[in-house]
Amino acid sequence: MGMQTIGRPTAPVVSESGSVQTVSGSKGLLQHEDLIFEIGDAEKTGVDLPVPSGRADRLGGVTRQHATGLPGLTEPEAVRHYMRLSQRNYAIDLGLFPLGSCTMKHNPRLNEKAARMPGFADIHPMQPQRTVQGALELINELATWLKTLTGMPAVAMSPKAGAHGELCGLLAIRQALISRGEGETRKRVLVPASAHGTNPATAIQCGFIVDEIAADARGRVDMADLKGKLESTDDIAGIMLTNPNTCGLFETDIKEIADLIHAAGGYFYCDGANFNAIVGRVRPGDLGVDAMHINLHKTFSTPHGGGGPGSGPTVLSDALAPFAPVPFVVKDADGFHLVEDVEGEGAEAFGRMVAFHGQMGMFVRALTYMLSHGADGLKQVAEDAVLNANYIQARLKDVMTPAFEGYCMHEALFSDAFTADGIETIDIAKALIDEGYHPMTMYFPLVVHGAMLIEPTETESKQELDRFCDALRVVAERAAAGDEALKAAPYLAPKTRLDETRAARKPILKWTPPAPEAIAAE
Amino acid sequence: MRYLPLTPEDRAAMLNTIGAASVDDFYQDVPISARLSGLIEGLPNHQGELAVERHMAALAGKNRTASDGPFFVGAGAYKHHVPASVDMIIQRSEFLTTYTPYQPEIAQGTLQTLFEFQTQVAAMTAMDVANASMYDGSTACAEAAVMACRVTRRKKVVLSGGLHPHYAAATRLLCEAQGIEVIELEPAIDGELELANHVDDATACVIGQSPNVFGTVTDLSPVADAAHAQKALLVSVFTEAVSLGLVTPPGEMGADIAVGEGQSIGNPLTFGGPYVGLFACTQKLVRQMPGRLCGETVDADGERGFVLTLSTREQHIRRDKATSNICTNSGLCALAFTAHMTLLGGKGFAQLAQLNHETACDLADALEAVPGVNILTPRFFNEFAFETPVDAEAVLAMLDERGVLGGVRVSRMLPDAGMGKVIIAAATECTTQDDIAAYAAALKEVV
Repeated sequence: MGMQTIGRPTAPVVSESGSVQTVSGSKGLLQHEDLIFEIGDAEKTGVDLPVPSGRADRLGGVTRQHATGLPGLTEPEAVRHYMRLSQRNYAIDLGLFPLGSCTMKHNPRLNEKAARMPGFADIHPMQPQRTVQGALELINELATWLKTLTGMPAVAMSPKAGAHGELCGLLAIRQALISRGEGETRKRVLVPASAHGTNPATAIQCGFIVDEIAADARGRVDMADLKGKLESTDDIAGIMLTNPNTCGLFETDIKEIADLIHAAGGYFYCDGANFNAIVGRVRPGDLGVDAMHINLHKTFSTPHGGGGPGSGPTVLSDALAPFAPVPFVVKDADGFHLVEDVEGEGAEAFGRMVAFHGQMGMFVRALTYMLSHGADGLKQVAEDAVLNANYIQARLKDVMTPAFEGYCMHEALFSDAFTADGIETIDIAKALIDEGYHPMTMYFPLVVHGAMLIEPTETESKQELDRFCDALRVVAERAAAGDEALKAAPYLAPKTRLDETRAARKPILKWTPPAPEAIAAE
Repeated sequence: MRYLPLTPEDRAAMLNTIGAASVDDFYQDVPISARLSGLIEGLPNHQGELAVERHMAALAGKNRTASDGPFFVGAGAYKHHVPASVDMIIQRSEFLTTYTPYQPEIAQGTLQTLFEFQTQVAAMTAMDVANASMYDGSTACAEAAVMACRVTRRKKVVLSGGLHPHYAAATRLLCEAQGIEVIELEPAIDGELELANHVDDATACVIGQSPNVFGTVTDLSPVADAAHAQKALLVSVFTEAVSLGLVTPPGEMGADIAVGEGQSIGNPLTFGGPYVGLFACTQKLVRQMPGRLCGETVDADGERGFVLTLSTREQHIRRDKATSNICTNSGLCALAFTAHMTLLGGKGFAQLAQLNHETACDLADALEAVPGVNILTPRFFNEFAFETPVDAEAVLAMLDERGVLGGVRVSRMLPDAGMGKVIIAAATECTTQDDIAAYAAALKEVV
């Protein structure tokens, strides 16, 4: 009977609310997909392994008593499962991903190809070092790029992510203070109110005390407040400052801040999350920085992967370089070798942060990216990133409220002052989803009410920026007019708004089999 | 420049819209002394794909891979086979090029896979709950130690003599920065149970490992009992996740927190990273966990969906009062892990573990037959320590000359342990009988 409908118009079932109902729960190309625990089978597997002989004579009886009970899927089922789920994700490869402070730029595929070369992907971190000279050379080459671009004399390569790099920098500061005999007295770290949450959290993790500095009306560090905090100096360990800061602005007084901190006997940690705005144009080493982490997954285009893995090499000044953690790569007459112990060449190191040598897979991608761009291309990266952000600010400033006057750096920041009562930042963000865009960063930085932080990056064309601005202008005008329909957005996403309060109140963190009575009732 | 879409005409038009004369206007806040006039010196200019690919291939070509010959290197990272579909799945743009799922309406793909990951890790470790992954096993171990101190309000942790030395170092570093006392027991091949004699009413946790760095498997139940008698916690560590398919898992030994390295499942060796840290605990402790958690909820239509949850533990909400400074997890490596586990299923996973053990047994039999070789690990999964009459570094170098990468010398990780002649060797499903025969033959020549 199905044959007879070919070429004829078909009529889907339309519900009273106007939405189309389907039997399968799918919506055309957006197919319904249950959890693997609901579709898989504990007896099924998608791998063909040799049949074991069954010998277990060297285990000494330390054996698992209860099987995992986990389901398996054959390859066709598994591939479909993940393909269907993938369709529910927004991604930079689909469109503009303007998350401020996250630097969602295009991830070149050459990076992926290089990372998968067997000479990088299929080498073990504990192989004899003479068998991995190319890997050590690569780490050394990347380190040279990072030191040159930042104007800093040393870099610790092992931190696993940005926040881990912060930890590295603050542990280096801690060790430097200990070596000065002031480890117990200098405990206060100044952190601006606009800082990423990782900054105060990191300081606490290292045993420091956080002292918050206010922002001024220009979105920069309030110098009067800073000077007040520095009236007593003998407990100052340092400052953690993001530059360009999380308002998307260059800290105008940065050299004076560095001088003040140094005069107070402290160290200057710079959060390098926003290095993309200045790479190739400004070297943090020229600003008085003592330590700065570099998010390879931001500035140097390694993929974010839905939340990692990151990589956070941390450049260090002469004052902190001796305390860099092990391992590190050294070149001598015989080639490259790793210093792995806190003795000999590593005697002053503050310790070891991780197993092995850092995020090699990310190093390969980042170096591939750097070689592709070169010194000239990286400068253009920063300039185009900043140009794109200023273009967005210019195109939106008459319908939204810029948080601060003047040009921005790599991200444009707006407050919610332009919205009508009852319409919030989140409503604008969710309406952008219906327009086909990932929302901007919402409610951050905390120093701006209802903050909307838009970072386009340099890998967007003018046409794409114009389409985005056209859409956001309309949404902003609806917000200003108090359009209540925004409150229920998104309408066109794979899901409507999710109940996060319910998720947190009684957390369900894993799948559990339905109770027997529930099965019987079905 | 192939990654930069703006044309010179675009740039001019955009500057015009903005009302700026040049991009230099945007950098006017930079102190004059820090403004670079030209390009940064000492770096090459941009290059095409071909030139870059050649450069990278040349570097890659200088390394000997784990597939180039008989390979027995382990000690915290393991050469396993990864199904082709796993790498294809993680290269899907929708997974590869998306961000942390902060906007759940358009991130259900990532979120559902994390929920599945958490369920798998909880089942594999036999623990109540697992988080959405950590950087790696070593940092997970360090976070477990400080979490135990938060939970118990005590400031002393005890590390076994079989804990991977890098894990011990990372844990010691984080603990000492927070004023936590760290007691490290002497390196011991079969000393995990010694932890039971080092718990008192000031101890926050004891940290034991099975299989430990020497490959020894141990039922830590007596350690759990001793810890619990003093209201301390047992942190149970593993570096070889495949072992969970055959060896007593942390939850069956009374562990309160289980941490380990997940690289073995779905992830290549990649010279040590990126890997995926696994972190699981009892239900009671969930609100003190570090890292991201994915939870089930419903959307406005009442349909099931997933969100990041319990974020009030985390730095972006709690700032200086957060349980950890962690911001990122190891999302894509966790996806590789969960996809590989989905292909294996519980049955395939157990079979894989069994194969690993059998191969290691075959290896031990072959090496034991070499005169002068003494297997030191009494009970093992897929890795063991052995001793020869010759210095281990010299043995490994001579094996390398014969095309065999024979393992890791203990002295590389523990230079002062007096184990200069001890080698740790691992075998997996990738190890063939020919590999084993080649190893035994080469070893016979050098010891």
